[in-house]
Amino acid sequence: MIDRPLTQHLRQDGSPVFMTDYRGGGGYEGLRRVLADSSPEDCLQQVKDSRLRGRGGAGFPTGMKWSFVPMGEKAGVGPKYLIANADEMEPGTFKDRIILEQDPHQLIEGMILASYALQANVAYIFLRGEYTVAAERIETAIKECYSAGYLGENIQGSGYSLELHLHRSAGRYICGEETALISALEGKRANPRPKPPFPQVSGLWGRPTIVNNVETLCNITHILTHGAQWYQSLGIGQDSGTKLFGASGNVNNPGCWELPMGTPIREILEQHAGGMREGYTLRGFLPGGGSTDFLTPDHLDLAMDYDVIGKAGSRMGTGTMIILDDRHCPIAMVRNLSHFFAQESCGFCTPCRDGIPWIVQLLDRFESGQATEADLALLEEKARFIGGMGNTHCALAPGAMEPVTSALKYFRDDFERHIHDGRCHYHSDVGGH
Amino acid sequence: MADVIITLTLEGIEMATITIDDTLYEVADGANILEAVLSLGLDLPYFCWHPALGSVGSCRQCAVLQFQNEEDERGRIVMGCMTAVSDGMLLSLSNDKAVDFRADVIESLMTNHPHDCPVCAEGGECHLQDMTVMSGHRNRRYDGLKNTHVNQDLGPLINHEMNRCIACYRCTRYYRDYAGGTDLAAMGSHDHVYFGRHEDGTLESEFAGNLVEVCPTGVFTDKALVNDYTRKWDLQSAPSICVGCAVGCNIAPGERYGRLKRIHNRYNHEVNGYFLCDRGRFGGSFVNSDKRLLSAGWKLDDDVFSPLNSEQALAQLQTLCLSGDGLYAIGSPRASLESNWMLRTLVGRDKFCSGFGAEDAALRATVSAIVEGGVHTATLPEVEAADLVIILGEDVTQTAPRLALALRQTVRNVGLEQAATMGVQYWQDTAVRNIAQNTRTPLIELVTASTRLADIASDTVTFAPADIARVGFALAHALGAGPEVDGLSSTDIALVARLQALVDNAERPLIISGCSSHNVSVVAAAQSVAAAVAQKHASTRVVYVAPEANSVGLGLLDPNALSLEEIGAAARNGEIKTLVVLENDLYRRAPKAQVDALLGSVANLVVLDTMEHLTAEAAQLVLPVASYAECEGTLVNNEGRAQRFYPPITASEDRPPAWHWLRSLAGAMKHSSLAELTQIDDVIDAIATDVPLLAGVIDASPKASYRDRVGLKAARQPHRYSGRTAMYANKTLHEPKTQADDDSALAYSMEGESQSLPGALRSFVWDPGWNSNQSLHKFQDEIGGSLKGGSSGARLINATGHPVSGRSDVPDAFERRQGSWCLTPQYRLYGSDEMSAYATPVAEMMTGAPITLSPADVESLALGAEDGVSIVIDELSVDCAVIIDPLLPAGTAGFVVGHPEMLNLRAGSYVALEKKQDFMRVPEVIVTDGVRAHG
Repeated sequence: MIDRPLTQHLRQDGSPVFMTDYRGGGGYEGLRRVLADSSPEDCLQQVKDSRLRGRGGAGFPTGMKWSFVPMGEKAGVGPKYLIANADEMEPGTFKDRIILEQDPHQLIEGMILASYALQANVAYIFLRGEYTVAAERIETAIKECYSAGYLGENIQGSGYSLELHLHRSAGRYICGEETALISALEGKRANPRPKPPFPQVSGLWGRPTIVNNVETLCNITHILTHGAQWYQSLGIGQDSGTKLFGASGNVNNPGCWELPMGTPIREILEQHAGGMREGYTLRGFLPGGGSTDFLTPDHLDLAMDYDVIGKAGSRMGTGTMIILDDRHCPIAMVRNLSHFFAQESCGFCTPCRDGIPWIVQLLDRFESGQATEADLALLEEKARFIGGMGNTHCALAPGAMEPVTSALKYFRDDFERHIHDGRCHYHSDVGGH
Repeated sequence: MADVIITLTLEGIEMATITIDDTLYEVADGANILEAVLSLGLDLPYFCWHPALGSVGSCRQCAVLQFQNEEDERGRIVMGCMTAVSDGMLLSLSNDKAVDFRADVIESLMTNHPHDCPVCAEGGECHLQDMTVMSGHRNRRYDGLKNTHVNQDLGPLINHEMNRCIACYRCTRYYRDYAGGTDLAAMGSHDHVYFGRHEDGTLESEFAGNLVEVCPTGVFTDKALVNDYTRKWDLQSAPSICVGCAVGCNIAPGERYGRLKRIHNRYNHEVNGYFLCDRGRFGGSFVNSDKRLLSAGWKLDDDVFSPLNSEQALAQLQTLCLSGDGLYAIGSPRASLESNWMLRTLVGRDKFCSGFGAEDAALRATVSAIVEGGVHTATLPEVEAADLVIILGEDVTQTAPRLALALRQTVRNVGLEQAATMGVQYWQDTAVRNIAQNTRTPLIELVTASTRLADIASDTVTFAPADIARVGFALAHALGAGPEVDGLSSTDIALVARLQALVDNAERPLIISGCSSHNVSVVAAAQSVAAAVAQKHASTRVVYVAPEANSVGLGLLDPNALSLEEIGAAARNGEIKTLVVLENDLYRRAPKAQVDALLGSVANLVVLDTMEHLTAEAAQLVLPVASYAECEGTLVNNEGRAQRFYPPITASEDRPPAWHWLRSLAGAMKHSSLAELTQIDDVIDAIATDVPLLAGVIDASPKASYRDRVGLKAARQPHRYSGRTAMYANKTLHEPKTQADDDSALAYSMEGESQSLPGALRSFVWDPGWNSNQSLHKFQDEIGGSLKGGSSGARLINATGHPVSGRSDVPDAFERRQGSWCLTPQYRLYGSDEMSAYATPVAEMMTGAPITLSPADVESLALGAEDGVSIVIDELSVDCAVIIDPLLPAGTAGFVVGHPEMLNLRAGSYVALEKKQDFMRVPEVIVTDGVRAHG
């Protein structure tokens, strides 16, 4: 049995795997068998049993998400939709890109199977606009699928039909939020929608819709091919399966690796990322992308499991870590992230739209040495206001505030020193900004 | 029948008991917390929520604290507008967490708001000011730069100042989602989001003016007001009725220095709710026109008027009218019932003409349908509650615009039902729209040309008017009433079958028709359809559209009054010596030759009017009269609702209400019963006694003797009015004497109690802490409900419940004639109405007078893009630009009703058209969204 299903086809040189090679490695065999032998209900049960959790960041159990989709006559008249969320824009995150660029058929096979399980007849890949290489390769792969009879009418003689479209995003971080993604796909402003109705019941064009992350969907093929038991056994902690973990920052070997769920952070950082570069000491890290709380060297022995990281006060997010070292200013780092989130606010609700720019303005005052104690208090107050769950229309602003509030918690001495010295003490150091 | 819907609604409402800050309250279950709180009379600040637009949760200003149970001491912040109340709910508005959260929100909103209140047109009636104060934000902590924007020129009506925007999204939600506009949008994102057009240009929606009241701050303001500015607190206002069409929207015109400064919506939940159309909002300022008649004039032989003072004028009037028999009169559908009634009583029924124009016969049929059709005419909420709309022959957006705005809400009902089945409340605006997508309640238009409702209509089918009637009669027949229609095409038969099926499946069908195709058969067919549908469904409703503010009133006053043709015949026979014309330009009512012949056959012509016009020019004696903004009067709308208008401006002695002139004349004529009517209430009593159909006019509004509970009249001036002491301070130090108003229960005063006023006497809404029009909820029974003091107006006609079909002579099918075109009337929001065209903003919105042709006819006439046509009738020729309407039936030609250059064209007549090469290029005219025609 394979133990690295997601990356099994990837080549050293990063060149794409297209139809011939994908099939050569056993690709679409699972699809053929499932369509022939399994009912949609079987598939859903398998996914539930696998305890797969969404890989986009929230970690919501995929099977449970699917189970809200009305089946049969309950679905009413009209199509159901599956959407692959390939709008990978989380700062520090580049895991889906590897699959999208190098193994597009893995995603497509997973999407066909997921669509079959949900009895969706139309599927979209909502792709980050900047992923131009991936776009070309996905287009090629989709064409190959139509030619080979894996997409279109009556797939492999099963009677099941599926249309798959590639949609290239006009480019907003908020499109990663599933309801904003749906709005964008409908040609509307990419504003998140109020829930209820949940997309599973009323999503794209008002019809039942599932939006899953690319990595989540890639897992489907392997679960349905090898079974839920096998999938569960891949994880070494509390969660099932493997995960594409990554690390960026001043480590010796930044990159992305498929590892069992529950792999300790220390192992990822020290073995796979090769430890800190010489002359740099680890101060902290964002475990799952730019919108997660800082953790510190004290947390290195934690397992990368959703609940473990959650209990430590952060989120596993996308599983791709951003490393902060001792020679970079944590305030500059969160200022940079806050600036990103301020720019990426959709502008719909007040705390996010007008609050995050204020955070940036306050952090700028620290960096330029103008900040006072009052600014520190104001920063804490505003971060609490913007970051409180339910205070805003969607989760962008709370996510944006996670690095800020955790930096205030772990690196408070830095903030105070900026106030005291009237300057940023990292400025004279290497690459402070 | 009216009970059906009301019962349905009442049955749906269950009450819930909730606790707010340790006090128990009963509120409607399923309402959101914000509307429940406001309905209770409590204060909770908000921006993005609007009673007509529902909730989206964008501003986050209405946050409250919700507790899970008695033990929960922490609570959770929830948005008031996004959370439904439920029985046993525990809330706090005053807990520090909620108060601090709301302070944080307003502080964030204000980071980019300029400090320009002193020079902002919204100042003093600004919801943002009110909410900022209410939320406790005073000292500025943000010391960064403010974002700035470039403003746009949005046309003659609306001023744009984007820097004041707080991004509440109300404008685009109103403009796009509610009013169906497409050219105003939210653009950009994050804190650079911009609300405007893709480029500078006039806003296309007929309802753009409501942005002035929808915007909670000074982004969208009334351009005319901005350029001739007065603060709300310095405006003297009065409860009034729009004279722009027969919908009878309630308006609140505001005055300063004798000029009408602006018109605001005056809430009447049964007529216009929260909104007006742009003709109404911007057209009422015709009273400021320099075409106003300022003094009486007497014409000597040299055709030049000499001014007369009132006494001289009255003497001349008496001389002309007392010289024996032969006194005839023409009334006016744009004049008050009081003036029309007095004129008719003065000259006698057999010598009174209603003064209707080309729509005369169709209008009489319309009034007959309203009175005798036996089907209940829909109020605004009933229009919005319909589950099927069939329109016969009305381009509603142009002829009854506020009704069209209501229909844009009607078509949402299917989607609202879908949402309800998913447990989503109707006020969850985004959710409901996402669920509904493009699903709409069926609305079928059988019309003569493209309309502006095409984007929401399930079908817009165009016919010549006779064929609309034929399909209507066929539908009535299919539903079991009236004669069979022979010779229908197979597509028409299929259409009838489809309509029949829709009727069968409906529960609350609404039939709309009226007289704007100038065709009696269309009205008769609609009446028959309504009767047949009403036999199936008791909750069937109708709306019959009449053209002018008092068309229906005049029709009720005397259904058998003379027509212009009949009075023309009397004149030809030499029976008319003196003709008195009341507020009517006959040259707008009939072709020039006909009017010339009429006026040429009378010895003396007396014209009473507000404006100079061709008929007035032809008179020996011209008497200026007060406009709707300077006197009281009663109008009857489409619904048969009598409504009183009151003046915000005091009438000058030289320009009294028309009925004052007539009363003086009555005295001289020894008509003592008229001469004794000293106050308007006396006139109204006399009308009610004299005309049984108008008996209800007495109830339209309280009498002049009404006093509030502290014994005062209703105030026209808000409490902070500076006028009395400041207005003439540059001229005199003495405070001018307060103008008396003996005719009404209103005073030119700041004094008077405001809370319990009857709706008919409420000049403005203003409540402590709520300086803007958002204070309206303080005066409503519940959000969106009736005013606490009762809505204004009285319905004169109650449907019998016994539906009666219309006259059942089925017209012949329309036949194309080689080389000539059948004229079909087209109404334009800007241009078809006489008076609003004198208002500067409306005049700027008017386009030319084009002829509309089908693509096939444009081709057969070999018209190029820059060619026009000459219309040849009676040896006169009119040159016109051409609009191509893809939906116009070939063989017909649409002309603009009421346009000065088209007054000689008659609906239903066939005219020859000749190509007029290189005539002119007409600016693009919007026919319907997405379809632009060019000349």
